[in-house]
Amino acid sequence: MAAESAVLTMDSSRPEPRRRPQIVASSVLGMIMFTFTEAMLFAGMISAHAIVRARSAGQMWPPFGQPRLPIEQTAFNTTALLVSGIALVFAHFAYRKRPRQALGPLAIAALLGLFFVVFQGVEWVALLEQGLTLQSSAYGGFFYLIVGAHALHAVAAILCLTWAWFRLRRGALTPAQLGTVEVFWYFVVLVWPLIYLKVYLS
Amino acid sequence: MAHASATEAHAHEHATQEHHGPQGILKYLWSTDHKVIAMQYLFTGMFMAMVGGFMAYVFRMQLAFPGKSVPLFGYVSPGEYNALITGHGSIMIFWVAMPVLIAAFGNYLIPLMIGADDMVFPRINRLSYQIFLLSVLVILSSLFVKGGGFGGAWTSYPPLSANADYNLTPLGSSMWLVAVALEFVAFLLGGINFITTLMNARAPGMKAYDIPMVPWMIVIASILFMLSVGPLFAGAIMLFFDQNLGTGFFDPTRGGDPVLWQHLFWFFGHPEVYVVLLPAVGIVIDIVATFARKKLFGYKTLLYTAVATGVLSFFVWAHHQFIAGIDPRMANIFTVTTLLISVPIAEMCFVIIATLYGGDIRLKVPMLWALAFVGEFLIGGVTGIFLGASGADAYLHETYFVLAHFHYTFFPIAIIGTFAGFTYWFPKMFGRMMNETLGKIHFWGTIIPFNFIFIPLFVLGLDGQQRRIYNFQNFPELQHLQPVRILATISLVVMLFFQLFFFWNVIRSWRKGPKAEKNPWKSNTLEWTTESPPPHGNWPVDEMPKVYRGPYEYNHPDREEDYWPQNLPA
Ligand SMILES: [Cu+2]
Repeated sequence: MAAESAVLTMDSSRPEPRRRPQIVASSVLGMIMFTFTEAMLFAGMISAHAIVRARSAGQMWPPFGQPRLPIEQTAFNTTALLVSGIALVFAHFAYRKRPRQALGPLAIAALLGLFFVVFQGVEWVALLEQGLTLQSSAYGGFFYLIVGAHALHAVAAILCLTWAWFRLRRGALTPAQLGTVEVFWYFVVLVWPLIYLKVYLS
Repeated sequence: MAHASATEAHAHEHATQEHHGPQGILKYLWSTDHKVIAMQYLFTGMFMAMVGGFMAYVFRMQLAFPGKSVPLFGYVSPGEYNALITGHGSIMIFWVAMPVLIAAFGNYLIPLMIGADDMVFPRINRLSYQIFLLSVLVILSSLFVKGGGFGGAWTSYPPLSANADYNLTPLGSSMWLVAVALEFVAFLLGGINFITTLMNARAPGMKAYDIPMVPWMIVIASILFMLSVGPLFAGAIMLFFDQNLGTGFFDPTRGGDPVLWQHLFWFFGHPEVYVVLLPAVGIVIDIVATFARKKLFGYKTLLYTAVATGVLSFFVWAHHQFIAGIDPRMANIFTVTTLLISVPIAEMCFVIIATLYGGDIRLKVPMLWALAFVGEFLIGGVTGIFLGASGADAYLHETYFVLAHFHYTFFPIAIIGTFAGFTYWFPKMFGRMMNETLGKIHFWGTIIPFNFIFIPLFVLGLDGQQRRIYNFQNFPELQHLQPVRILATISLVVMLFFQLFFFWNVIRSWRKGPKAEKNPWKSNTLEWTTESPPPHGNWPVDEMPKVYRGPYEYNHPDREEDYWPQNLPA
């Protein structure tokens, strides 16, 4: 108990007063708030893309000379990401039963996430070679903006998953910490299908 | 007995701090104590208010006496004029209203009013201020870089803001964007802290309807901010790319859309009005209930009204774009939602008036500010109806009427609201009472000139005089109202002069004002149950407050005293 509250408040200059019981741990709650803002960030970018896409009604899309997006490969990659999310759900329940049992599914979730990001990077290189760049058109600009923002979030979340894995191996991962990392990764996983739908399939 | 244990706790705190906490001046720069962080925000915000006020002085002088050298500044070039109005707008909203009303009052009051020893994430709180300070440094230094500060208005519309060939400030405009983005990150971290603290760190016994209005309003404002800032952040990234990486998100020749920025900006920009309004309303409500010695009329009404305002505020943004080429049918929809939002706002005013009715009103300085807030904000609200109606807006758009309208909303919020809160909680923050006479001189010296600045500007606006004109001598047909412009400028100088009384009062009271007791205003809320100023941790560990009733039980029939502190057992 003492160790956990020290983790939560990080202030050692004063003994801890009695606190009200928390229904949801503060760090999980804070991360949920953060993902709301992030959801609105992506909503802003995706609807900006939708407005520009709607303006081009009747014209070519993708614009002349621009490659089409690799819909099929990305569908495969999307599946990989969703499976990673499911692996984390398994990790969640395994942790509840016996914490160390979560090591396996947690590793699978992180590795599948890493696979997703690397696969996405390979796609980017191919698209850049085909002449789709940030500057080539609003189409290209939005593609790299939205997918790039998602990739940055994915990398940050994978680092968090890795951190959680190492803490778990040392037996130092608290339920609140696992919950916080989970919320972040579920956000990254769940926002992707929307991007796939609105950017790749539009 | 209680005192002895308090000093013991204090001694213990000092003993441990020698091993853990930073020393000396670092204690204030590197502290995670919510009260210290609140003070950092407060003083930074006040410093920025002086910068923004000085900017207003310079460009108002240029407008009243065009082409003359402005004392303390010199000649104002067209580029400098643009940078000054842009800097004034951005600084007053992002670096004065936000840090003072939300961050300073939120940080100081939320833990104290809900009976917590600190925020739930003290280190994130410290990080929030440090990022904010960085944004301050970026925006201030952007005024001095090659090409000068950004001059495309606080709304930063492309293509002017996107293309350095148009705005002539290649560095200034990007630095402006970076500063605004950093500021958003700082308030995002702060907002997460406020919301989580209110949900998880309340004193035992404090149920939802026992929370005073200030924490509620600041938390609702933080939720609004966090839900609205995402799209603008996306827009800021896109604009930054347009400026520096050669993308064409807002460039119609390359498939982009300049009006897109206006949507992203105002989707944030309108809720932002309520982000700063709600904390000010919370402050005013607490002051009105305390100094009317009467139970707040309609606690739940006020709370739900604030939520309704917040929800509605997400559906009104296009009233800023009625003449930006949007579909007139869409303009009709946004006219309806905009006029609708005046209903909850009017309800807030009625709640305040009903609380005053039949009360035992005491016109102390904080109460004067609170009452002035209601009166002045009302003018801002009523004139907003003209601008929210798309037909009237076609004539009034981009005139001085708009400018006068939003100063009648933002000045009550950011300046009057701040002075109300500052004078009310000064005894708690600094442990001294302020001087009432100096406070009243400052009050009247601010309120009267304020009206003489902006009522003339309504007149200019109704005459059809456009904003953003550097030198009116170039427009002979607009010259006949030059005396009105001079009146507004002189009033501004008078108002700025009277601020000296405020600074004098603060410094004098801080040094040798009479010592403040725990509860000088005989108020009910928890922050008045601890020492003035509160110690580190707010209450001794074994004396953390418990809550037994709501915050506004004044003149309860069962009690002799006219107040009933929340922590007093029944
Ligand atoms: Cu608006």
